[in-house]
Amino acid sequence: MSVDAQTVRRIAHLARIAVSEEDVAPLQGELNAILAFVEQLGAVDVSGVEPMTSVTPMRMKKREDVVTEGGRATDIVANAPETEDHYFLVPKVVE
Amino acid sequence: MSELNELTLAEARDGLKAKRFSARELTQVHIAAVEKARALNAFILETPERALAQAEVSDRKIAAGEARPLEGLPLGIKDLFCTHGVTTTAGSKILEGFEPHYESAVTANLWRDGAVMLGKLNLDEFAMGSSNETSAYGNVVSPWRRTGSDAQIVPGGSSGGSAAAVAAHLCLGATATDTGGSIRQPAAFTGTVGIKPTYGRCSRWGTVAFASSLDQAGPIARTVRDCAVLLASMAGPDARDTTCVDLPVPDFEAAVSRGVKGLTIGIPKEYRVDGMPAEIQKLWDQGAAWLKDAGATIKEISLPNTQYALPAYYIVAPAEASSNLARYDGVRYGLRVPANDIVGLYENTRAAGFGREVKRRIMIGTYVLSAGYYDAYYVRAQKIRTLIKRDFEAAYAEGVDAILTPATPSAAFGIGEKASADPVEMYLNDVFTVTVNMAGLPGIAVPAGLDSQGLPLGLQLIGRPFDEETLFAVAQTIEDAAGRTALPKPWWA
Repeated sequence: MSVDAQTVRRIAHLARIAVSEEDVAPLQGELNAILAFVEQLGAVDVSGVEPMTSVTPMRMKKREDVVTEGGRATDIVANAPETEDHYFLVPKVVE
Repeated sequence: MSELNELTLAEARDGLKAKRFSARELTQVHIAAVEKARALNAFILETPERALAQAEVSDRKIAAGEARPLEGLPLGIKDLFCTHGVTTTAGSKILEGFEPHYESAVTANLWRDGAVMLGKLNLDEFAMGSSNETSAYGNVVSPWRRTGSDAQIVPGGSSGGSAAAVAAHLCLGATATDTGGSIRQPAAFTGTVGIKPTYGRCSRWGTVAFASSLDQAGPIARTVRDCAVLLASMAGPDARDTTCVDLPVPDFEAAVSRGVKGLTIGIPKEYRVDGMPAEIQKLWDQGAAWLKDAGATIKEISLPNTQYALPAYYIVAPAEASSNLARYDGVRYGLRVPANDIVGLYENTRAAGFGREVKRRIMIGTYVLSAGYYDAYYVRAQKIRTLIKRDFEAAYAEGVDAILTPATPSAAFGIGEKASADPVEMYLNDVFTVTVNMAGLPGIAVPAGLDSQGLPLGLQLIGRPFDEETLFAVAQTIEDAAGRTALPKPWWA
């Protein structure tokens, strides 16, 4: 499988990365090189094989369903580019 | 007495304990070495004041007879580990100026044990690269050069800053991370030792995520023993990472001197890849001969799905990366490029903040996870991952204790030599290391000699899950037989 220029633009938008028109062709070439490389996986017989979900056999750790941390709003917004009163500021989302 | 930064980490530890020098002296020597080696660009941030403050605490602890396991030992920290109040960039412009308000589990363990931080080490952006040429903070230059040449050589990647700093004696050891070979490949390229422990041995909490089912932290140091000492502090249970195992940390240092008598070492025939340089084959044969001489049994084994590991990795890792890196949105931390609407804000921020390789991988990941392609790519790759793991399980079930392979398909290359339009050429560097991440196993790279151009070559040992101890024992046997590689002449100082 390979991607065309239109697909490159669509993927970039899905990934929320602005791509300029002159970058589309080189990106298309690079993505197709990677897709050509992974193409060989089509030759493997995977019938009856379970996809891996956990690399080491383990049960997921659980803990008591209680509050363990909180009250750190100042820490959480400390690195945000724009904030007000412990809120993150973004351009208007809802009209 | 020779310079204090020529000591191994274990020697420095013992010297401090015996009060032959102070933690302050040891730290000052390393700070001076770091300052003189700026031509290597191994550090993104130097933290000498913090190092001296920690060293003073260490001297008081030593004087009081309360020395902790890493008391007063100066280390470098890969800039992928979040450090409280100290800028953490992941080698990316998108995290410029990010100052975590928390400490990663691995680094917190190091400070708990008394280690000293010299600074934050350069790396490929978000740990995506095999040559440290994708960092937004510039290339790292290897301290090694080809005989009779002053061409700049890559230190490998993504832990290129860690490997270069350790090889150049700027620190006694360094933290690193490994998603497809990012500890073992740079270690092999710089004549240092690097171990990626079993998935789950070190907590991933507070380490910037690349591909969560593959990422593991581990040390790079100049000897096998030093790696054992460092890993013992870095590893351990952590309730905040649900994939971090609740197993006690073994006495790794004790395992170093166990020897290999009675062990069976597997040699996988599928690693004899087409076009492998004769030097690599010779080194591999030599490694097997050393282990045989030391009392191990050598056995040819088959890992039939080896050739599919790298292509499957280039589906799984980008898929997980595209999900993990969705958090860099210009809203919560790091870079923000304004726009009139929220989608424009995301798109502009991510276009300006991510480098080319990172964008490529996010886009591949987005594509293989998108509607209509998920089963053909992602699910198929995860099935192949199951097959790769079964290969190893079958070998271990037949009594193999560890597997010996070359660490890399070649010695280090020159900066810019692999800048072709085909990204796959660079990816092939990890052909021997990536299987280990896909199966979650421990792997160690240990120096085994020099190539005809005078650059280091390494061998890799792959172990059973949670049996890093055997890897330390076998790697020490290779280190003993190969002898420590001659250090590069300090042209940079």
